[in-house]
Amino acid sequence: MNIAVCIKQTPDTTTRVKVGPGGTGIDEAGINYIINPYDEFAIEEALQLTEKNGGEVTLLSMGPASIEKTIREGLAMGAHKAIRLNVDKTPDDPTVTAKALAETLKNGQYDLIFFGKQAVDDDHGQMASLVGELLDLPTVTVVLELHVDGGSATAKREVEGGLETIRFSLPAVVSAQRNLNEPRYRSLKGIMQAKKKTIEVVEPALAEAHLVVEKLTPPPAKGEGKIFRNGAQDAAEVVRLLREEAKVI
Amino acid sequence: MSTVLAVADIRNGEHRSVNFEVFSAAAKLAGEMGLSVTAVFIGNGLESLTGAAGEYGIANVVVVEDPALDKFSADTFAAAIAEVAKAKGAAVVLMGATATARDVLPRAAMRLDTALAQDTIAMRADGAKVVFTRPMYAGKLLGEVSIKSMPAMATIRSKAFKAEHSPVGATVEKVAVSLPTPRVKIEELALENTGTLDVTEADIIVSGGRGLKGPENWGILEDLAKTLGAATGCSRPVSDEGWRPHDEHIGQTGKVVSPTLYIAVGISGAIQHIAGMSSSKFIVAVNKDEEAPIFKASDYGIVGDLFEVIPALNEEIKKIKGND
Ligand SMILES: Cc1cc2nc3c(=O)[nH]c(=O)nc-3n(C[C@H](O)[C@H](O)[C@H](O)COP(=O)(O)OP(=O)(O)OC[C@H]3O[C@@H](n4cnc5c(N)ncnc54)[C@H](O)[C@@H]3O)c2cc1C
Repeated sequence: MNIAVCIKQTPDTTTRVKVGPGGTGIDEAGINYIINPYDEFAIEEALQLTEKNGGEVTLLSMGPASIEKTIREGLAMGAHKAIRLNVDKTPDDPTVTAKALAETLKNGQYDLIFFGKQAVDDDHGQMASLVGELLDLPTVTVVLELHVDGGSATAKREVEGGLETIRFSLPAVVSAQRNLNEPRYRSLKGIMQAKKKTIEVVEPALAEAHLVVEKLTPPPAKGEGKIFRNGAQDAAEVVRLLREEAKVI
Repeated sequence: MSTVLAVADIRNGEHRSVNFEVFSAAAKLAGEMGLSVTAVFIGNGLESLTGAAGEYGIANVVVVEDPALDKFSADTFAAAIAEVAKAKGAAVVLMGATATARDVLPRAAMRLDTALAQDTIAMRADGAKVVFTRPMYAGKLLGEVSIKSMPAMATIRSKAFKAEHSPVGATVEKVAVSLPTPRVKIEELALENTGTLDVTEADIIVSGGRGLKGPENWGILEDLAKTLGAATGCSRPVSDEGWRPHDEHIGQTGKVVSPTLYIAVGISGAIQHIAGMSSSKFIVAVNKDEEAPIFKASDYGIVGDLFEVIPALNEEIKKIKGND
């Protein structure tokens, strides 16, 4: 099988993020970058499929040369090679990224194209759907379970209060939800091998941006909360406040 | 005149509660922009449901009915939304940020060569432009985004906007569209926990963490939830351990909720949990550790043993409800 996994470098989920100069991006100083956590489930799924059926896993990521460190983390998991779409900065508009990715993916003859269900920086959660539409391929998002059987596949995806079972033919686009699998650790051997794997650099043509980030702000700070220290004895007072001050019960 | 479209998400022949919030938000935005507002219903057998649009201030209703829409498919619904947006010259398209909309609207956006702001919690007109506010970096920052192309599209987070009852007379127009063949087949939709309230739609959530010690102790939370008419939620380790179903898990990797009241019980308040509930209007924490970070995110807190505090809260609430 020939599989592509589109990945994004994001700040570690436990890092504090602050608004950077200019007010439309984050302050990059001191940020620890990782592979977007959902993308690790996508990589793992692709690796398991090629281990079973043969074939290759190609990582695809868009960003400046500095993201190659993160791409190598994915190669260390076992992906065979990678393509980096060279831009100074990852676009704010997901449709710009989607169009560039689709243009590259179109030529790759991939049986499956994986994404994480959402990147934990912009939280747009739409890349797989955008690319699937552009490539006119069966697209199944937020997948918890995937079974591939020759030229077709079955996936279970999460919807409110339930699970949908979806059947589709390959080639197809799939986005991974947490729990799709248990992503493997990078072994020392994997890390050493990753250093020698190729990252092809492609200069993408960028479409005009439709979505513009005008401003980033920290969320409004909560006022000092009222904290009571006498356990159950304070229950009556808190219930009174919920009724009379907050007016929520 | 150009219009603001409010797309209804109908599941099992019923409105999702966020629909009413979308109708009100669309009517308000259209007012600010001097545009008309149109509710869109897609599917079959929708007659009894379209009346809700008028109840929430929308005078124009478009119904797209087609045998091909009998069964839901993201492909056909996206095409239907895009066709209606084109036919009506929509300036803005809004839909509740349900699992369906999150999947369908990006496809519609691509079909219209425009863009989509997901999970919007506020919006305002700025001349002919709409500025959408949406949480980014798991809610650690708020982004204000605008969309230069037409229509500007957004999914809006459940409970972030108010459903305001403001009845108007509505006219229903049927619109026929040409639909593609779905690229995938939905074989089965297995609904778990039917009858219980989904956490994203609940006004009040009582949420339990590892401090409850085990699934056998959930009774006190369920009693409190019952008194309040609330849904129950949980932290991630709780669903990982299988103490509670996965669909109750709240946080960065679970559901993101914005209820009126969130009661966090025996939850420490890790940053990934806060990411899923910090936009709740009021937050109450019960924790025995005075230093627990959850208190920093709370409006009211009680430091104490939850096994004593929760039954006491339940009794006090029963008392005041009994006097209503
Ligand atoms: C990538 C990533 C994603 C994550 N995503 C999520 C997510 O989406 N949602 C999420 O919740 N977590 C998530 N986590 C996990 C998160 O970091 C925390 O580990 C988790 O939220 C802690 O759950 P908890 O508060 O129930 O348990 P704990 O942190 O163990 O807290 C238990 C609390 O109960 C209190 N307590 C104990 N006994 C009593 C008692 N008798 N009375 C009163 N209080 C008592 C303790 O003081 C303590 O504060 C994620 C972690 C990572 C790394």
